[in-house]
Parts: sequence; structure tokens; C-alpha cells
Amino acid sequence: MHTYIIRRILYAIPILIGINIITFILFFVINTPDQMARLHLGMKRVTPEAIEKWKEDHNYHLPIFWNGSESGIKKITQTIFYQKSAGLFIFRFGKSDEGRDIAHEITQRMWPSLAIAIPTFIIGLMVNITVSLFIAFVRGSYLDMVTMIWCVIIMSISGLFYIIGGQFLFGKILNLVPISGYDSGISVFKFVVLPVLIGVIGGIGSGVRWYRTIFLEEIGKDYIRTARAKGLTETRVLFKHALKNALIPILTGVVVVIPQLFMGSLVMEAFFGIPGLGSYTIDAIRSQDFGIVRAMVFLGAMLYIIGLILTDICYSWVDPRIRFE
Amino acid sequence: MGVKNIKNKKPGIVNEKQLNIKGGKGYLKQILFIFLVFLIGCSIDHPLNNPYSLDESEQNILYSSFSERPKHLDPARSYSSNEYAFIGQIYEPPFQYHYLKLPYELIPLTAVEIPAPIYYDKEGNRLPPNPPEEQVARAIYEIKIRQGIRYQEHPAFAKDSEGRYLYHNLTDRDMESIYELKDFEQTGSRELVAKDYIYQIKRMANPQLHSPVFPIIASYILGFAEYSGTLNQQLKKIRAERKALAGAIYNQELEEQQNPIVLDLDAYPLPGVEEIDRYTYRITLKAKYPQFIYWMAMPFFAPMPWEAEVFYGQGPLLKRQISLDWYPIGTGPYRLAVNNPNKEIILVRNENFHGESYPSGGFTGAKRLGLLRDAGKPLPFIPRAVFKLEKEDIPYWNKFLQGYYDTSGIPSDSFDQAINIGPKGDADLTEKMKTKNIRLSTSIRPSTYYMGFNMLDDVVGGYSKEKKKLRQAISIVIDYEEYIQIFLNGRGIPALSPLPPGIFGYQEEEEGINPFVYNWMKNRQVRKSIAEAKQLLKEAGYPGGKDAKTGKPLLLYFDTTASGPDAKSLLDWLRKQFKKIDIQLVVRPTDYNRFQDKMLKGNAQIFQWGWNADYPDPENFLFLLYGPNKKVGNNGENAANYENHVFDALFEKMANMENGPDRLKIIKEMLRIIQEDAPWVWGFHPISYGLYHSWYQNAYPNMIANNTLKYKRVDPVQRKKSRREWNQPVVWPLILVFSLVIISAAPAAVRVYRRERTEQ
Repeated sequence: MHTYIIRRILYAIPILIGINIITFILFFVINTPDQMARLHLGMKRVTPEAIEKWKEDHNYHLPIFWNGSESGIKKITQTIFYQKSAGLFIFRFGKSDEGRDIAHEITQRMWPSLAIAIPTFIIGLMVNITVSLFIAFVRGSYLDMVTMIWCVIIMSISGLFYIIGGQFLFGKILNLVPISGYDSGISVFKFVVLPVLIGVIGGIGSGVRWYRTIFLEEIGKDYIRTARAKGLTETRVLFKHALKNALIPILTGVVVVIPQLFMGSLVMEAFFGIPGLGSYTIDAIRSQDFGIVRAMVFLGAMLYIIGLILTDICYSWVDPRIRFE
Repeated sequence: MGVKNIKNKKPGIVNEKQLNIKGGKGYLKQILFIFLVFLIGCSIDHPLNNPYSLDESEQNILYSSFSERPKHLDPARSYSSNEYAFIGQIYEPPFQYHYLKLPYELIPLTAVEIPAPIYYDKEGNRLPPNPPEEQVARAIYEIKIRQGIRYQEHPAFAKDSEGRYLYHNLTDRDMESIYELKDFEQTGSRELVAKDYIYQIKRMANPQLHSPVFPIIASYILGFAEYSGTLNQQLKKIRAERKALAGAIYNQELEEQQNPIVLDLDAYPLPGVEEIDRYTYRITLKAKYPQFIYWMAMPFFAPMPWEAEVFYGQGPLLKRQISLDWYPIGTGPYRLAVNNPNKEIILVRNENFHGESYPSGGFTGAKRLGLLRDAGKPLPFIPRAVFKLEKEDIPYWNKFLQGYYDTSGIPSDSFDQAINIGPKGDADLTEKMKTKNIRLSTSIRPSTYYMGFNMLDDVVGGYSKEKKKLRQAISIVIDYEEYIQIFLNGRGIPALSPLPPGIFGYQEEEEGINPFVYNWMKNRQVRKSIAEAKQLLKEAGYPGGKDAKTGKPLLLYFDTTASGPDAKSLLDWLRKQFKKIDIQLVVRPTDYNRFQDKMLKGNAQIFQWGWNADYPDPENFLFLLYGPNKKVGNNGENAANYENHVFDALFEKMANMENGPDRLKIIKEMLRIIQEDAPWVWGFHPISYGLYHSWYQNAYPNMIANNTLKYKRVDPVQRKKSRREWNQPVVWPLILVFSLVIISAAPAAVRVYRRERTEQ
């Protein structure tokens, strides 16, 4: 298994290099360093000299991939690509165009993202599994039908509606929670309760339908029939046997998203004024800050790969029949 | 087996289970009761939706917001209103605008008085006041600052018992327990001196800082460009040395992050800025430039102690993200206590503030509006101002209505909720706002938004009679009165020229009318008819919207960065305007970068643009049409690339004149030229609508001044009372929903229970 994990990690390196190159090319196809300089220097009184100075200070005066004016290895190292991207592989994210250390910002901003994402994920998972197990238990009944209709309705409504509606209902009409904002320490509770609730409710539709399908598939299998034939109660059959075996497909979807929780939610963070990584990424895209965009894409790709590796490891943990070769 | 169990069950056992079930319900009741007690308990003194901490509820704190995090708080770099909202309260340039006077008037801030420029000719002879521009070889401003002004407490000034700076040679080890500026144990202060103003002017020449006003300052202050060139050479030399030393792995950005280059600004001469004595400095300009005094009221000219640059220029501090661009150091009424632009920025009263009084005079009607109630009282009134990050309009607006922000603008989506527009177009608050005692204040912003023609374009550009008529025809049909009503909720006035109201040269009524777009009828301006526009179009060579020579329909191209559903309605409206005279408008949506490129290369045909005043002078608007200031080739602010030699000559004459009848006459002449040439469709000047809660006092929208926080006052007791009244928690819907869930789940629970029993 160790060999397998090491091999997977080594596979990740060319993937990350590829992602880095693609991000780099895409970004520079859309934005030239001159345009980036103009955006950062503001709308008023921007001169060509100021643009040149800005580029020089931010290393954008160098050639993109190949520096013909240098000799030896400097032909590669004295380029924008090398200067801006090489450090990523040792987690040296560099500075944003505003001059702030990106790694520092990420470490500061990941906590608010996690404060929303982790409870939403855990509570959402518990609610989805519980409801879907219950629905599987009463399958074919009016309750099953009504719940499925509600699931489809919930799925069909835009996430933005839940956010604005939630703020309006709980924050403005009922006056139960602050409409937006964030704080540290114990005060964080009153700010995260609504985003978490909205996150959980917004995810119920798809979650319940998916888990229900998994459970129904398990319920139709021979071992369930055997368990029933043994005279076990339906709850015991479902919670002890079906749930355990349904964990494999559940894990496929669940474990892979765990590392992604760091990345935050783009819309939720913006509307609730939560200073997480989601809003950090959106702001960087808006302000064409290549340093931050590149770092976040790299981080996102890396976390996704980690998620996939973790999923594989979990497979072998929940199903001893699976062995890595 | 299951059946057997059921049979064996005795009634008593069933009753026991029932009791258990009852016990469970009782437990739920207890939880519900505790929850209710909690809600009620909280709501007695502290609304549940209060986003602030309990201990703040009665404190004299101002609550406001910002939607975009400031990029720079360094006065040499900052050049946007969202940054000035903070640094305007911290840094003190020598002059400021009177809070309540109209037209805007400069008054001393740290200076003793507003200096009159002294002019000299080429031979060094002193000229009389206000000489002709061509005679002036030097203009000298001598600024004397007040004594006894002290900087805020700051570790950059901290000294040991022997007078040595404590924190000017920091090492990584020293920084082990320091993460923010407040972690420094010792602070100090010192008196403000003239040298600090000189140092800041020199900083604007520092190539590392990219001061946005460098070009304009360099074109006037004697020796400024040369001084900057010397600094630039020095910077390049240091970088070249470092690159040679580091070899192939040299990364300039990373190197300077760890080991910043701090240029010695005092090592090189700058003849245009001199220290006369401890409290007096002199600025020498190469030409007459009366507007220079306005620049000196902006944070660019605020003082900067050399200690700040030495302190903040240390690598160990930069590693901790502690920089001058992040933590200002000033003499103003406030100092920055918290800078977390991801969440909040907090200003607190500067303990060392030199003191100032609330103005005792103002514009006519200031007293009636209650703006002089605090006349003569010491400033500032509010000891702490909290600015929260609010990116979205909806939560921001709702929090204002709940009383959690003291003041607010009006988001477009909420306009109808706040404002009733009367039949005569007058704005009034809705009943909902009135019941909350919210007050409305409107003010025309010193800004202009226009639709420009690229004067270099073959179709819409040019200066022939036909081309002028084509542009005039388009100017008539684009109905900005309608635009303002539809897209701005009436928050604007149609522009007649680049000059907005409040700026010298702006004329009202018949005198100010644009005769090429409007007629004066029954004491009001009336837009010319479509028939007149069609006639102009015909005379321009496009009868019926078709080229008279080729017979092809006239197609015009509008380049815009606007996109999305909101933009669609605007663009449809615009097409409709052109269609009135049978011109087909083709919209070319483009991203911001491409748009900028098109403008720089002169590839756009028709575009929209805007300008906010730097200072209240007509020069700051009319230079937008000054030929040498063209976008194409010169990268200036003349986006239309308009070039009229008569206008340019008049501009040069007008720019350096003092306000008076002669200047007004020239301005009128200039306006008539551009109204005829019509390089812009004179769009609109926006009106700013501000809403204030009743506890927020001295609220006057001075559109030019940046340092107005010190004049504001709040009544925290009244605010607390209103918040409590407006934010009573409503719990019954939750109980109802909870009950409905229980009731609807009950049959299912019963079914599960029965099924389980059956299976047993």
C-alpha cells in the first residue's frame, strides 16, 4: 500500500506542473503584464513609465518562458514563469500584487472557510444519511414520494435564493441571527449558524436522493434478504448491514471533497461577509492578481489529488477485499 | 419469535413504555423551554441579530462599512476614495476643505495660513500677484506649520533612556513574539516638523512607491523629475549588484521581500523643496499653477516622519506583513487600531491629536439643518469608528435598517423601498423610512459621466461641419433625462458640459444651456426634437440614416465593458435612442483589458467614461478635452482624443488664472466651443443620496473633503433603544415549523414503530 501511495504522489507532480502551465498560459492569454499593471495602478493618471516601473518591481518585465538575453540556466530562471511558479512546489506562494504574503493570507483565511465548511459538511452528511435511510425504510410510501418531490424542489432552486431568503427570514424578519458578518472566538457561533443551516438545507435535495439510491441498491442485494430471513428487524438490517455496505459508494463522493473544504464557498462567503478563501479567490480574479489565482488553483488541484488518494485508502479500509497493487 | 414477545407483553409494561415516551416529550419540552428562556433573556437587553459584541452596545462608536478592501494606506500611493475614507482621518496635509462652506473653500489644517504664491520671472525679479503665465519662471509656496503638533503613539518613535531608537534594528529573534504593531511594548511620539512634509514629497519621487501623481508633480516641482531619476538609478544599481551576487537563482521579488531596499531620500538634492526653519518649508514650482494648492490638501502632501520609513523598511517586519502601506502613522484625529480588511478596519481617537473645533459658520441653511449645533466644540466627537466589510448590497442595506450601520447609501434594488419620487421629480423618504426617523441628504457629486466619440475615428470623429452635425444629432437623441429616470432612479442631473454644479464656471438656467442640444422654452430647457436631429443628420450626409453617397445604412459601434442582464436593458435602451434617427448601433462587448487597449490605440468608436474631481476647479474637468492630454499617443485623460487649437489655447490661459470674471469669460467661450464640436454626449452628473439614522448628527455630504469623520457625532443611548425596538426576536414561526415537522413525522414514526413490532 505504501508503494501505491508513493506512486500516486509521484504521479501528482506532472499533473501539478501541467495545471500550473495551463493556469499560467490561460492567465497570460487573457491578461498581459501591461494590463495587469494598469489595473493595479488605478484608473487615473497612469503613464507608460509608471506601467514599466510596476512591471519591473513585480518581475513582469522579464520574458514569459525564455530569456534570450541571459546566459546558461538564467535563460530559464530569469523568466516570469520560473520566478512566479517554481516556488509553488515548495509552498512558497510569493506575494500578491498588493504586496501581501499569499501563504500568510491563506493561513489566516482558511479558518473562517473551515468554520463554515466543516459543520456544513458533517451536519449535512448526517442529515442526508439519516433522512435517506429513513426514506429507504418507508420506500414506496406517500412519505417517500413527498420527500422526493421536496428533494427535487430543493435541488431546483438556486443556492443564491437560500442565501438571500435565509438572510431575509432569519436575519431580518425573525431577527434571530446577524444577517452577515464574522467574528473570532465564541462569537463565531452566531455568524456561522445561518450559513451552515443554509448549506445543509441547500444540500439536502441532491444528498438525500443520491444516498437513497445507494441504500435502495443495497437493500435489493442478497445479504439483506438473508438478514431479513434471519428475522432481524428492519432498522437493524438498514443501520447495521445496509449502511455499512453502502459506505463504499458514499466514501467515493465524500472523502474526495474533504480536502476541498479548505477552499471555501465563493458565493456564501461573499454574501455573509466571511473572510475565507472563497472570497479571497473571487477578489483575486476580479483584480487580476495572478499570484493569488495561481496559488489558489495550485492549492485546489493539490487538495483534489489528496482527496482522491484518501478515497483510495478509505476503500481498502472499509472493504478489506480491495487491495492495492 | 417476535409474535411471541408481543403476546407476552403485559399492559403494565406497555404503560411503562408509554410513560417513557411521555418522559421523552417532557425532555423536549424542557429543551424548548430553555431555548425560549434563552431567546427572551437575550432579547431583553441585546437583540439576537446584533452583529457586534454586547459590551459595545452603549459605547460611543460609529459603525460604517466598506465594500472593497483598500489597496494602499500609504499616502504616497493611495488615490481612491475608499482608501481616503481611512487615511483622510489619520494623515494631515497642510490644508483642508471647510466642512460646511460652499463653494468649497480651503482652510489651514496643520498650516498656520493658506500661503499666497510668490512669482518670479526668469531674471529672478519678484512679480506682482497673479501675473500673466508667460512671465512666470518660478512660483514659490512657503508653508508655515503650527508648532506643538505631535504624532500618534507609535513604536517607530520609541527610544531607550539614552535616546536610541528601540526598534530600528530589529532581528528575526526580536520578532518572535510580535505579530502585529500593537505587540510592541514601547511606543513614542515626537513633534511634527517641516522636514516631515519635505520627506513625504520626496517619497512621491521614490520609484519603488509608484506614486500615481508623480507625473503631475514632476511637471511642476523644480528638480523633481531629476531627483526621481537619481533614485531610480540608485535602485537599479542596487538590484544589479544583488542579481550579480545571487546568480541564476536571483528572484528580485523574493529578495526584496526578505531584504527590502530602503533608499536614502535625503542623500540627493531636491531643489524644489527646501526647509526654511523647523516649522517652515518652501516649494518651488517651475511655472504658474494655482491648482497646486488643492493638491496640498490631499493626503499625498501629508507629513511622513523618516522614522516610519526606517522602521517599516526592516525585513523582519515585512515578513510579519507589517508595512507602512498597511499601518499608517499620522497626526490626525484618528489612528488605525485594527487593519483586517478581510473583516473590519477600526479607527480610534489619536490621544496626541492637536485639537480642532467644529466650524461655527457654513453655507446658507446650515443652521436650519442643525449643522451648527456643535459649533466651537472640540473635535473629534466619536472616539472609535468601526468599518465592517460588506461586499453585497442586500445584507448591508438590511443591517442599516436594523440600526447596525449609522449611515447608508441607497442600493438600486432598494431605492423604491427608501424613496418616493414626487410628480415634480422631487425625492422624499417613504413612510417606512420616516417611521424610523431616518433622514435623507442629497448632494450633486463633483463628477461627470459621458459618452465619448473617438475624434480620430473616420465616421464619428473629425472637425468638419458634417461631422459636428452628426455628433450633435446623436447628442440630441440620447435622452439622458430618461436615462437618469430609468437607470439611476432620478439620481443625477443631465450634463450641459464637463463642469458639474459647484465648480467655478458652471452656469445655471438659460445662461448655461447647451444650445446645440436644448432649446430654452418657458423658462426651462427642452431637448431639441427628433425632427431637428434628423435634419442635422441629413446635413451631415446621412439622410434617413443612410450614407448619401453609398446608400448604405449608417452603422456605429459602441464599445463597452458592461455585460450581464442589467447591462442588457441599458444597451437595448441605447440602441433605441440611436434608432430614433435610424442609426444602427452595434454593441461591441469587451472585457476591461481589451477596452483599455482599444482606447489606448484609438480603436474604439463610441464609449462611456467618467471622471471624479481631484479638486474643485474647472481645470480639473476641462483638461479632459485638452489636446496634449490625448489618450492616443500621450496616454492622457482625454479619452475622446479631442484636439481643438482654439480650445487648447484658451485652456492654457484659463488653467493658471485665478477665479474671477476674466476666467469665467474664457470658460464660457471654451464651453461653447466644445458644445458645438460635441466630442462627448454630455451625459450626467450623479446625485449622491445619503440616509442617516436620527442618532447620527452633523451629517453633511461634503463631496470634496476626505477628513469628515471628526465632525460626526452619534447618540449611542438612542441607538441602543432603537436597535432593541426594531430587532425583537420572533420565535413563534420556529415553534410552528418545529411542531409541523413533529406532526408530519408522527405518522411515519408510528408506521415505523408498528412495522418493527409486527416484525418482532
